[in-house]
Amino acid sequence: MLRQKSPWLMEVYLPIAQVSLDVFVLLGLGAAVGFLSGVFGVGGGFLLTPLLIFIGVPQAVAVSSSANQLVGASVTGVLGHWRRGNVDFKMGFVLVVGGFFGSLLGVWLFSVLKRLGQIDLMISLSYVLLLGSLGGLMLVESVRAVLRLRRAGGVRRRLHQHTWFHGLPFKMRFRRSKLYISALLPLTLGFGIGILSSLMGVGGGFIIVPAMIYILGMPTNVVPGTSLFQTIFISASVTILQAITNQTVDALLAMLLLIGAVVGVQYGARFGARLRGEYLRVLLALIILAVGAKLLVDLTVPPGDVYSVAPKLP
Amino acid sequence: MTSLNPLARNRRLPLRHLAFAVLLLATLIGGRPAAAQGLVADLTSHLIAITTGFTGSSVVLFGTVEGGGDIVVLVRGPERDTVVRRKSRVAGIYLNTRGITFTDVPGFYAVLSTRPLDQLAPLALRQQHELGVENLKLVPAPIDARASPEQLGLFRAALIRGQQGAGLFSGTLGRVNFLGDKLFRATLDFPATVPVGTYLVQVYQLRNGDIVSAQTTPLVISQSGLEAEVNDFAERRALLYGIIAVFVAAMAGWGASLLFRNA
Repeated sequence: MLRQKSPWLMEVYLPIAQVSLDVFVLLGLGAAVGFLSGVFGVGGGFLLTPLLIFIGVPQAVAVSSSANQLVGASVTGVLGHWRRGNVDFKMGFVLVVGGFFGSLLGVWLFSVLKRLGQIDLMISLSYVLLLGSLGGLMLVESVRAVLRLRRAGGVRRRLHQHTWFHGLPFKMRFRRSKLYISALLPLTLGFGIGILSSLMGVGGGFIIVPAMIYILGMPTNVVPGTSLFQTIFISASVTILQAITNQTVDALLAMLLLIGAVVGVQYGARFGARLRGEYLRVLLALIILAVGAKLLVDLTVPPGDVYSVAPKLP
Repeated sequence: MTSLNPLARNRRLPLRHLAFAVLLLATLIGGRPAAAQGLVADLTSHLIAITTGFTGSSVVLFGTVEGGGDIVVLVRGPERDTVVRRKSRVAGIYLNTRGITFTDVPGFYAVLSTRPLDQLAPLALRQQHELGVENLKLVPAPIDARASPEQLGLFRAALIRGQQGAGLFSGTLGRVNFLGDKLFRATLDFPATVPVGTYLVQVYQLRNGDIVSAQTTPLVISQSGLEAEVNDFAERRALLYGIIAVFVAAMAGWGASLLFRNA
């Protein structure tokens, strides 16, 4: 870990993480993740957290600080989508309510697993399972959609499929999404996202985007905006909970990542607007599968040292 | 590599702490312990401040000694309980299956000397004063003390390996140099990852395989400036810190959106 001081690098000491890292590495990391965030409307936390750990930020700080960063990044993102009228605020609000209760349960689970020394494994395993199944499903579906598009020159897809859960009670009308569905669906979805956010340090965009498309049946154009809208509040509540329970939120780290991210988001959003939704989904599916595959490989490759050292938690 | 049984180590532990406390007290009150008439040593600085640009630091230790012999310098960081975990393969994946906690493991440990340690002191003395990484008394927590000696040896070796990899235990012996007969100096290097807290720098004068005088000097490594204030604030006013962190991020996001609206 002894680093050589190079003249062209600018190291900065992060107060909570208690490590020195290069400013441009952090800005670049933020920009890259922001770009993806702009293209797909996912928060990018599922990439940011592992990358931060990889460059030497302690795991707990990486999780909490990327949540903090996500707050700012998703505010920027939402405002862009809002100006184009692509945010379903009512849907977002219901998701946030579910998400709040989910994050309470998630933070509790996190502390239990951490004490047992199994949190790393659980994080990797849940990433592999979720990314693998989601990425696989999305890839199959989106490739089919692209092929259909090619063959028929763009047949209009049905708004959404009707299934058993359209029979659930507490129906609500979501005008912006052209949906009339049970409020239990987005509530449960938000609850799940809340758990995942606190366990994995992600905004949950990579789950919620496909879930909105395939489970709720929302039109693709309102999905990124609404997903980012709920990300603001979920990541804000995770940030505050982590600040209270673990004191692991590094605001300086978050700000540096954020500066990179807000620039990246702008270019990402413009790039995304020029792509067709079907191609976008193929791309997102491939990225999700790649991250999942990398994590799976990491779990099965014999580690360099089977022993690891960590400070004992109180 | 360890022949001592863990129970014997446990019994000696309170004594060690007592000796430690006495040494520290003597340093604080008298400036130097009574036994150290022949030996005077000090650091160029007793405080290392970690600021924004911190990439590690070094402090020079200098001193004079009467009556010749060799000098050994021991640097120990703040102690904390440390867990060593072992992964094994279960159904194709590697997961932590066994963990052993070691109590009061120094967060930083380095030895510097004028000559290789095995030429200076017999093994018994090196073990007693924990001279050299391999002589550190790494004591397992009572709950893990029943593990077999072979197991403990493996975990102890892994702990040392891990700390060395992180730059927290020095892998190689540092040098203490004599300038003439009496004056000596040594450079203590600390990596960027060094834990904050109170360090003890112990200086020993050795002659004919025995310690003839010793002195202990404290060294404080702490955050200072804006970083320290941020850290302090994050601990004392955690809720407010969290809210501010969220608010600042949201404002920055909003500002960025205004900035790029017309671009």
